[in-house]
Amino acid sequence: MTAQSGDTAPDQVARLLALVPYLLARGEVRLEDAAAHFGTDADQIERDLRLLFMTGVSPGLPGDLIEVDLEALEGDRVIRVDNADYLARPVRFSPAEATSLVVALRTMVDAAPTEAREVIERTLVKLEEAAGQDGEGLLRLHVTPTPLESSAVVPVLESALSHGHQVEIIYHVPSRDRESRRVVDPRGLARVEDLLYLDAWCHTAGGDRAFRVDRIVAATELDTPVADPGARARDLTGRWFTDAETTTVTLRLAPPARWVVEYYPVTDQRPGPDQTIDVDLEVASEEWVKSLLLRLAPHARLLAPAPYAEAFGAAALATLRLYEDDGVDFRTTPST
Amino acid sequence: MVQPRAERLMNLHILLLGARRFIGKDAIREACYPEHARGPAGDEAFERAFERDKDALRQIGAVIEVGSADAFFDDEIGYRIPTEQTSLPEIRFESDEAAVLGLAAQVWQQATLAKATGRALAKLKGQGVEIDPSRLEVVAPAISADEPAFEPLWDAIGKRRQVSFPYQRADETAPATRRLQPWGLARSSGRWYVVGFDVDRGAERVFRLSRIVGAVRATGRSGAYDVPDGTDVREIARRLSPSYPSVRARLRVRQGTGVGLRRRAESVAPLDDRPGWDAVVVEGPVHELSDEVLTYGADVVVEAPQSLRDDVVARLRAVVGSGGVA
Repeated sequence: MTAQSGDTAPDQVARLLALVPYLLARGEVRLEDAAAHFGTDADQIERDLRLLFMTGVSPGLPGDLIEVDLEALEGDRVIRVDNADYLARPVRFSPAEATSLVVALRTMVDAAPTEAREVIERTLVKLEEAAGQDGEGLLRLHVTPTPLESSAVVPVLESALSHGHQVEIIYHVPSRDRESRRVVDPRGLARVEDLLYLDAWCHTAGGDRAFRVDRIVAATELDTPVADPGARARDLTGRWFTDAETTTVTLRLAPPARWVVEYYPVTDQRPGPDQTIDVDLEVASEEWVKSLLLRLAPHARLLAPAPYAEAFGAAALATLRLYEDDGVDFRTTPST
Repeated sequence: MVQPRAERLMNLHILLLGARRFIGKDAIREACYPEHARGPAGDEAFERAFERDKDALRQIGAVIEVGSADAFFDDEIGYRIPTEQTSLPEIRFESDEAAVLGLAAQVWQQATLAKATGRALAKLKGQGVEIDPSRLEVVAPAISADEPAFEPLWDAIGKRRQVSFPYQRADETAPATRRLQPWGLARSSGRWYVVGFDVDRGAERVFRLSRIVGAVRATGRSGAYDVPDGTDVREIARRLSPSYPSVRARLRVRQGTGVGLRRRAESVAPLDDRPGWDAVVVEGPVHELSDEVLTYGADVVVEAPQSLRDDVVARLRAVVGSGGVA
């Protein structure tokens, strides 16, 4: 169990074994440059070098002691390393490293525009060779990116959101099968089950709109700031909510309904009887809870609040009545 | 004073790196593990630490060879790291290729894969490759893996260790424990799948990571099985994924409602005999249509096929009759 984030001992050793060849090839490197090159900060590089300084001092270890010029490091913040020739070459890729890098590139090939494929494939061939003959050193990992995952739209929207800028989008409306160009003030991105939505004020329509990101054909970040930078994103789970007050509802979920925990903001969960779990959700609309419970039927029970349960019961009954009114669902044995 | 683990790992690496002969365990212990005193407790602690450290060096990319440390007796095991096999082959990249490498660093939104990619790139940087993603007008796909099962499965695949996990099939009411020798992971249509050999079923199987409803536990030793030659996880995932037959459904939808259904409908037409209602024809897998139709409550009624209608009615009866309403 290694920590997912943060620097573990193997992380530090891995970085050091890449840092030394880099330093030896250059002779003298400024601390800040080395930190930038390895995407870390100067303090971390300094800690790495102090570790290097301690390496090989125990009796019984071979070779000369690695020399790290600590005076130059503390004074001019310049790195000089000597007597480390046996560490002059980086360690080869481990299977996990080679796989992560190679599969990242393979995924890029799939997603890239035709004109960019050649350079990615060229890079890929070199890496696959380094990973071992015929990619033998690779683990099995395969990704077919969805159009949304490889879309240029999400990074543009994220950038505009972080800058508080307006975005011009081209939006495809399948039902009318045409594209419209709009200027919007983006407020947030929200995932509702498998789909990603952009919540925005649409200047073209003059109202709040939620756009399915997979239907945004193109997006351009503008220089203009959004009109109301304080506007909060609405909760897009289900119906389109306003910033209304929320209510806590408690649901008892049987295993087939457990996915709710993954998809909605659950504030608390506890084990219930018979492999169920009880979860608390903050919701802004009774309508939405009703829809969710119908969708989960019969694998979810509403434990609280009682008025919501009544509304759900009434909705389920009203729906069932529509079928019964058709008069064909009272067979005792199913038709074949 | 206890030496930090990173220092010990560095020492172990340089002790074994380029050694002409295999270095015996005792010599390794003396040079790198002075803190573990001789005696049963110290011996065990040393063995454990040494195993972990070898594993860590292998994860970093070192090739550790095992052989006999004695020319006359082969019962003393020794270790060494051959320089040539452990060193990264010299690779030269054109500037546009180096830009591609920079983009690759942006692909993984999952911590472990992102970290491994970063380490691989650091090694190339150690070779002097200057990586600059800003020179290429290409967007890297962003691939995430939020399922908690991803991490332990990926780890088990790397070590070839058997795992067990509780798995909730869509068509069963309770999760069942499955035991798997995982071969690989595949992502398709925005979902992760693990492919492997199901020990209990005695056959290859595919599992969706989002349906693993509890902890993934690795059991037994590393290198416990071999992945069959030529295993193509994408192909297996595609072949074995339960494909739910798609049906074409005729729905009755109240006018002004069911926007999501209308949007992807094959046809929408007003119903002459039922004012205020439209006939909407959509296509999809039965279980998904059933969920979707229910979401709309009394605004949508299934007219055909009967199987879908029966399913919806059964689910409604279950909540109305059995106290699905608390």
